[in-house]
Amino acid sequence: MISYIMRRLLYMVIILLLISVVAFILIQLPPGDYLSAYIMNLRAAGVQVDHAQIAALRKQYGLDLPIYKQYFFWMWKMLHGDLGRSFQWETPVNELIAERLPLTVIIFLFTVIFTYAVAIPIGIYSATHQYSPGDYTFTVFGFAGLAIPNFLLALVLMFIFYKYFNLSVGGLFSSQYILEPWSIGKFIDMLKHLPIPVVVIGTAGTAGLIRVMRGCLLDELRKQYVITARSKGVVERTLLFKYPVRVAINPIVSSAAWLLPNIISGVTITAIVLGLPTTGPLLFGALMNQDMYLAGSIVMFLTLLTVIGTFISDLLLVWLDPRIRYEKSV
Amino acid sequence: MKDKKDKRKEIRAEERWYVASQWKLMWRKFIKHKLAILGGIILLIFYLIAIFCGFFSTYNIYKRYTKYIYSPPQRIHFFDEEGFHLRPFVYGMKLELDPVTWRRTYTEDKTKKYPIYFFVRGDKYEFWGLFETDIHLLGVKEPGVLFLFGADELGRDLFSRNLYAVRISLSIGLVGVAFSFILGCILGGISGYYGGAADMVVQRVIEFLMSIPTIPLWMALSAALPPEWSSIKVYFCIVIILSITGWAGLARVVRGKILELREEDFSMAAKIAGATDSRIIARHLLPSFLSYLIVSLTLAVPYMILGETSLSFLGLGLRPPVVSWGVLLKGAQNVRTIALHPWLLLPGLFVVVVVLAFNFLGDGLRDAADPYK
Repeated sequence: MISYIMRRLLYMVIILLLISVVAFILIQLPPGDYLSAYIMNLRAAGVQVDHAQIAALRKQYGLDLPIYKQYFFWMWKMLHGDLGRSFQWETPVNELIAERLPLTVIIFLFTVIFTYAVAIPIGIYSATHQYSPGDYTFTVFGFAGLAIPNFLLALVLMFIFYKYFNLSVGGLFSSQYILEPWSIGKFIDMLKHLPIPVVVIGTAGTAGLIRVMRGCLLDELRKQYVITARSKGVVERTLLFKYPVRVAINPIVSSAAWLLPNIISGVTITAIVLGLPTTGPLLFGALMNQDMYLAGSIVMFLTLLTVIGTFISDLLLVWLDPRIRYEKSV
Repeated sequence: MKDKKDKRKEIRAEERWYVASQWKLMWRKFIKHKLAILGGIILLIFYLIAIFCGFFSTYNIYKRYTKYIYSPPQRIHFFDEEGFHLRPFVYGMKLELDPVTWRRTYTEDKTKKYPIYFFVRGDKYEFWGLFETDIHLLGVKEPGVLFLFGADELGRDLFSRNLYAVRISLSIGLVGVAFSFILGCILGGISGYYGGAADMVVQRVIEFLMSIPTIPLWMALSAALPPEWSSIKVYFCIVIILSITGWAGLARVVRGKILELREEDFSMAAKIAGATDSRIIARHLLPSFLSYLIVSLTLAVPYMILGETSLSFLGLGLRPPVVSWGVLLKGAQNVRTIALHPWLLLPGLFVVVVVLAFNFLGDGLRDAADPYK
């Protein structure tokens, strides 16, 4: 088991390195470098920039180095907590991300909990009541959830609330709390605003998970040990939850590998539509202004979230499924 | 006597089942799946529209009718004060401008009546660059207008724009899947057939690509496309961006199946007969799981379509003058705009219908892919 965890940790480190390469490529992608954009911005604002200053800045950001050295330079700075500067906001990138990332994580966590909490019971119901009206209803709902893009669902909900209840559902806080420091009141206010984004983001994942749970449980229920247990007189409820459900949960846990990146994608685009103060709109703005240190870092952190989430789900799986624990090599 | 005949018939039907080819069995199983048939028919209709969108549209998609800015969809009538007419007609639209809020409201002008004709001559369009024609399926006589889905903020006909969007949005799904298919087959094939270090590397890359949230990555990549690029260049770059993550899932299917099949006797036989590796993969292994590949491809198309729609909606994907469903939905970003002009959300309905149709079709194909079950 320890070797399994060690191996997973090693994979995680490799993936993190690959992510940093991708983030670096994203930063380098637009024509020109950070500094030329910065200088152009200053010139546009009417500020004179002298050559000595430019050279100093160039040195500070390591822009005079060859490209692979620039990567190590950037990595070195990143490991020391310096992600570069955002010229659009005139602040260090890590401050901006520190401000927005916690809210992203909160929405992310709530959505994950929502997804599993809704999908598992419905999946169990659908499997035990196969081809019942309830099962068909959930199947239709599931397909619809997969087919409606997040942003469209957000738009339609906003439209309905605006038109019929005269409510605007954007944002994550009421206006009086936006600039306030954190307090219990602000937290409760946020909880009140959470359901709509969580439902919007969670629908697609929930729909997919219901299909997985239903399919796995149906396979499991057809097996002979279930028939044996039933013929021996085990109460139906105990029978269901003691064996088949526990087996069918495993694929659900390992499906985190595709679910979590999906949810992060959903968080990003939904936040842009609903105007939530998370990393989504920040990324969008950064891309629009070619503020690449900020954009690259956000993509990196979002991927980091899914990688950590998947790692946790791997650990959960080891705990849940003894077959993995006793496996020597994969 | 009759019993005997029936029995013989039954036996013959059974025999036919045993001698039927694999594809025939799949087809038989497929047509039992009602939703899949429905999905297939819907997609067929949409692809026909995509091919003949010039003919089905009513107007040129760039022509502006400044008198009809944000005009709502017109109602098609069969009844007027005189009673029933076999030929449907639309009323003229009267514009009222609120002097304070500058809000436009359109009302039907019952004094003006424009019957709808089939195969009318209207704006010129080119049929796939082959010949120029001006025949449209539906239309009304000037000065009447036929705005079945209303008009947008520049007074352009949304019905025609939606039809042209079908072509772009659906083709991007197919082209994107074709790209992913090639990449997925090559890399998945190598990874599954050779195993060892190659397998290890490809597996890690797939794992990595699957752990990246697609939307932020796509946004960042497509934002880097230079603004001065031509529409066709942007189109292909968007396709490539969508395929960068899309091939990973396909490669997984290919790898899994090849791992399973390369241990089979027939691939060993091919190897002993002296076939090269690439021949064994392409001629013996790929065809044996072609049906599974088709299923994965069908289920991959809607993801491409959704990806393009989301990107274009944010303004990072395809750019006007190209029209896709995402580009059209970009006009509906603001809640107030939608509340006043809800017909701007119609392209969203098409996205949902097409994605559902692909999912139903894929579901049916998946059941049919293994006809011996």
